[in-house]
Parts: sequence; structure tokens; C-alpha cells
Amino acid sequence: MSAVTSNGMQSRRHGKLYWALADGWVLAKRNLVQIPRIPELLVFATIQPVMFVLLFRYVFGGAIDVGGESYVNYLMAGIFVQTVAFGAVSTGIGLSEDLQKGLVDRFRSLPMARSAVLTGRTIADLVRNFFVVLVMLLVGIVVGFRPEAGVAGWAGAIGLLLLLSFSFSWIGATVALLLRSTEAVQSAGFIWLFPLTFASSAFVQTDNMPGVLKAFANHQPITQVIDAVRGFLLGQPVGSHGWQALAWCVGILVVFVPLSVSLYRRVASR
Amino acid sequence: MEGWRVNGSRPAILAEGLQKSYGKTRALDGIDLNVEEGTILGVLGPNGAGKTTAVRILTTLLTPDAGRAEVAGLDVVRQAGELRSRIGLTGQYAAVDEYLTGRENLEMVGRLYHLPKKQARRRADELLERFDLVDAASRLVKTYSGGMRRRLDLAASLVFSPPVLFLDEPTTGLDPRSRITMWDIIGELVSGGTTLLLTTQYLDEADRLVDRIAVVDAGRVIAEGTSGELKARVGGERLEVTVARGDGLEEAVGVLERYAYGDGGVRVDAERGYAGVTVAGGPGLLAAVVRDLDAAGVQADELGLHRPTLDDVFLTLTGHAAEPEAEQRVDEKEIA
Repeated sequence: MSAVTSNGMQSRRHGKLYWALADGWVLAKRNLVQIPRIPELLVFATIQPVMFVLLFRYVFGGAIDVGGESYVNYLMAGIFVQTVAFGAVSTGIGLSEDLQKGLVDRFRSLPMARSAVLTGRTIADLVRNFFVVLVMLLVGIVVGFRPEAGVAGWAGAIGLLLLLSFSFSWIGATVALLLRSTEAVQSAGFIWLFPLTFASSAFVQTDNMPGVLKAFANHQPITQVIDAVRGFLLGQPVGSHGWQALAWCVGILVVFVPLSVSLYRRVASR
Repeated sequence: MEGWRVNGSRPAILAEGLQKSYGKTRALDGIDLNVEEGTILGVLGPNGAGKTTAVRILTTLLTPDAGRAEVAGLDVVRQAGELRSRIGLTGQYAAVDEYLTGRENLEMVGRLYHLPKKQARRRADELLERFDLVDAASRLVKTYSGGMRRRLDLAASLVFSPPVLFLDEPTTGLDPRSRITMWDIIGELVSGGTTLLLTTQYLDEADRLVDRIAVVDAGRVIAEGTSGELKARVGGERLEVTVARGDGLEEAVGVLERYAYGDGGVRVDAERGYAGVTVAGGPGLLAAVVRDLDAAGVQADELGLHRPTLDDVFLTLTGHAAEPEAEQRVDEKEIA
């Protein structure tokens, strides 16, 4: 049985980390080739933030005062971050579908890295989110968004958005492994993401919020990321927001990567 | 570990006292299994008997609450990682990716078994050929029929030619033609030396495919043996007569009573003109019955000696039928 011996050799030649990455990449490719094959998913992932742009730019925007900045310039950082954060729900839905269709059973019975299904999914969602953000950027420019970032500013903004996308995807994966059913994952997504994205500096300045809410809004990760991204894009000082945003994202990864992998090891489908 | 050896050779699958509960529900209540290398064990039982839970434990997907199991000589809990490269699993639902093509599915599984790219591709092509999926190889699986998905799913579990294969209800939900195709494929596999554990709720499937049968009910093995051994446990053969338009049914019953064995008595269905009785069997029985019926002036439409089916076995062992359909059939008979 030539297959068996060659596997033995290959597995021994490389260490665990190599196979964790290689298996993760096989799964990431699997998820990536599916994106153009299910175009409706990408379309809906884009339409919702576009509607938010139009809603806030033209319906509420006129009534919202954000100091000296034009509202559309203020708004877009919030839209980018919200879009990327809600990508976590797609991660969860994708994973819960794999669970329900029995694919996770198959993967768990294979001699592959235990982390691969999750890294493959989160990496593919990172790539998808990157494209959705690009589309949102174009939409923003069409409705009057005028960023003033230099190369470093763009790098900082995009880097931080991708890091947020990646770390929130792991939260989405954890939620999916806990709830398992697609419907539950979808509903739960709104429950944990709505407060984070709306009680933040995404659409309004937090100064006018009542005390407790303001304290929450000012100290939660989404606001830190929004303020940093906004600073980067508008060529304004980022202050401590950059480091705090980075610390939040890394902290989320440190907690949720091992947590979701350990849940995956034990998860029972259906 | 001496107790684990049977006739000096280590069995391919061995389970001892496996227990598993979900909350208050006891899915497995001490299951013992023993499958010799190169043979097929059929695990037969109704829905909810614990078949799938047992398979999930033996394929490392689930850890047992108590008991132990070895597959291919490896402990399913302590050596789970190593074991995964020696088993193939085809679950109850075709676990293939709908938005990949058939070939992509098989190549992906090959890569996850850590085959080099070229080898994974070659193996995928071989399997597509063998499972009659070449024409559909480049189509997305979502366009496949149920039978094609099952074949692809089975192919995926064979990518690495595992020595031990688990098939959990491989034909549930398939149309009769696809079932027969699956049976042929499964039959070929085992002639190649693979050890196979197959769960099923279809008695005809077990009867046709497997060497030995473990009958499972409520999380326990309630009987084990070859199909013939299990049938023998139910007792003798059944002599059945159908008479035209009910004429002479009474006389036929009279004749059958003479051959009755045990205390079952003659079962009569007047509407169908049917009479049946358990008999001891033996040579010349049928000829003697024909003569007696003739002497009694009975014109039989049908006369037959039937060995008990696995349906009968299941009913005798558990007090209820194996399949819902079977249950219905029995009810109809008894009501009539």
C-alpha cells in the first residue's frame, strides 16, 4: 500500500506546526473556491453595509453632528469596522453548516490537524472581508468619502481591519461550536454584535451618550478600532487608540483560538 | 492484554463494555463487539438503538464514558491520532462538500491524509473510475443524485485504503437501484481484505452483505452470530398454505395442526385463505404434507416451507420489529 508508506514519510518529515498550516491552507482553498460559486452570499454580504452607508449618509447624517469633520468622512470608518465585525456571523454560519451536513464528522475522523477546519474558515473569511471592504471603499468614494491617508495610514487602517476581521471570526467560530444550529448562530450574531457596533463611535460621537453607556462605548474594542481606523484614514493623530485596538484583537485571539479548537475537538454534530 | 486476544490473533475491532450517556439518556449500555480481520460485522438495530454512537466512539469522534475499544490494534481514546490514518468512515449523511466538484472533494480528502498533490490527484481519478463517477467528476456535488453522493462519500472514505472501514447506514434513504449498486461496491471492498463494520436497520441488507450480525437494542448487544445462527434461535421453519378463495381452509388447518411444533399453533388469515404453522422440519416433510392435503381434498394455491427471516429474529429477540414498515406488516397480520 504505497499510500500508507508515503504518508508515514511525509508526516515524519514535517512537524506539527507545518501540518497545522498545510491542512489549514487546504481547507482555506476549499472555502475560497466556493465564494464565486455561491455569489448570492457575497452579494448579501455587500448589500447590507451599502444600505447602512446610504441610510446614515442621507437619512440620519444631516441630523448628526460630529464636530468639524464632514459626516461621510466620519461615517466610513464605522462602516468598515461594522462590515468586518459582522463577517464573524458568516464564519459561524459556514461552520455550523459544515457541522449539520456531517462534514465536520468526516474531517474529525481524518488524521489532519485539529485546528485546520477553523483556520481554513477564518483565513477564507479574511480574504472575503478584504474584498467586501474594497467594495465599501468604492461605495464610500461615490457618496463623497474623501480619505486623506498616506501610505502608512492606509497600511495601518487596512492592517487593523484585517486583524479585527480575523479575531472576530474566531469569536464567530466559538459561537457556532457552542450553538451548532445555523439559525441559532444567525440570531445570536445580532445579539452580541449589535450592542458592540451601535454602542460605539461608529455612527455618532460617544460624548452625547448617557454615563454608563458612554463608559461602555468608550472602552469596548470596536470603538478603539474605529477611532484608530478613522485617524489613519483621515490623516489625524491616532493617539492611544492604535495600541489599544491592537491589544484587544490580540487578546481576543489569545482567548478564542484555543477555546474554539478545544470545543472543536469535542463537538458533536447535530 | 491477554484477554484481548482471540485465537492468538488480535481482532480488527474490539469493544468491551462501551457506555455513553447524553444527559439522562443512555445511548450505549455496555456494548461488546469483536470483529476478526477481513470480515464484515453487521450491527443491526432500530433507530435510536445506539448504532451511530458506537460507530462514533470507534472512529474517535466521541469518547466513551466507560469501557474500552481497540481498532486495528490501537486504543480509540489514547491512540486516537494514530488510529485516524487507519480507518475510513462513511456516516449516515453523505459528508461531501456540495460546492466542490466530485474530483475536488476526493483530492481535498487525499491532501488531508497528507498525500502529495500528484498522488492525491491520481487516487481521486482511480476512485472516480471505480465508482462510476468519471462523467460527473467536474460537476458540483449539489447537482448529484442521492446515489451518486453516497458513492462519492464512500469513495472519500477509501482515499487512503484504510484497513478498517466503518459504514453507518450506507443505504438509508436510497432508491432500490442505488442500494443494489452500493451493495455490489461494498461486496467488492471486502473481497479485497478490508475489515468492515456496517450498521443498518435493513434486515435484508445484513442478510445479504455481512458475515456476522450483532443485534443491538437500547444500547446493548442482545444477540450475536451468523445470520443462520440467529435464525436458528427463532426455532423451526414455517409451513405456509394458501387455498383458492378460502375453499377448504378448515381442512388445511386440520392438516397443519398435525405438523405443529412448539406451542405456536396454526395462524389463520381467512380473508387471504392463508394458514401457517411452525414445524420441526426434516426430510420428506413437504411431500407428506402434500399427500395429506390431497387426501383431505384441499386444493392449495401456494404451499411453502420458509426459513425464518431476520424480521422474525428481531421480533423474537426484542418483542418489537426492526423497521417501522415491518412493524406495520406484522400488525396487519395479527389484526387479520
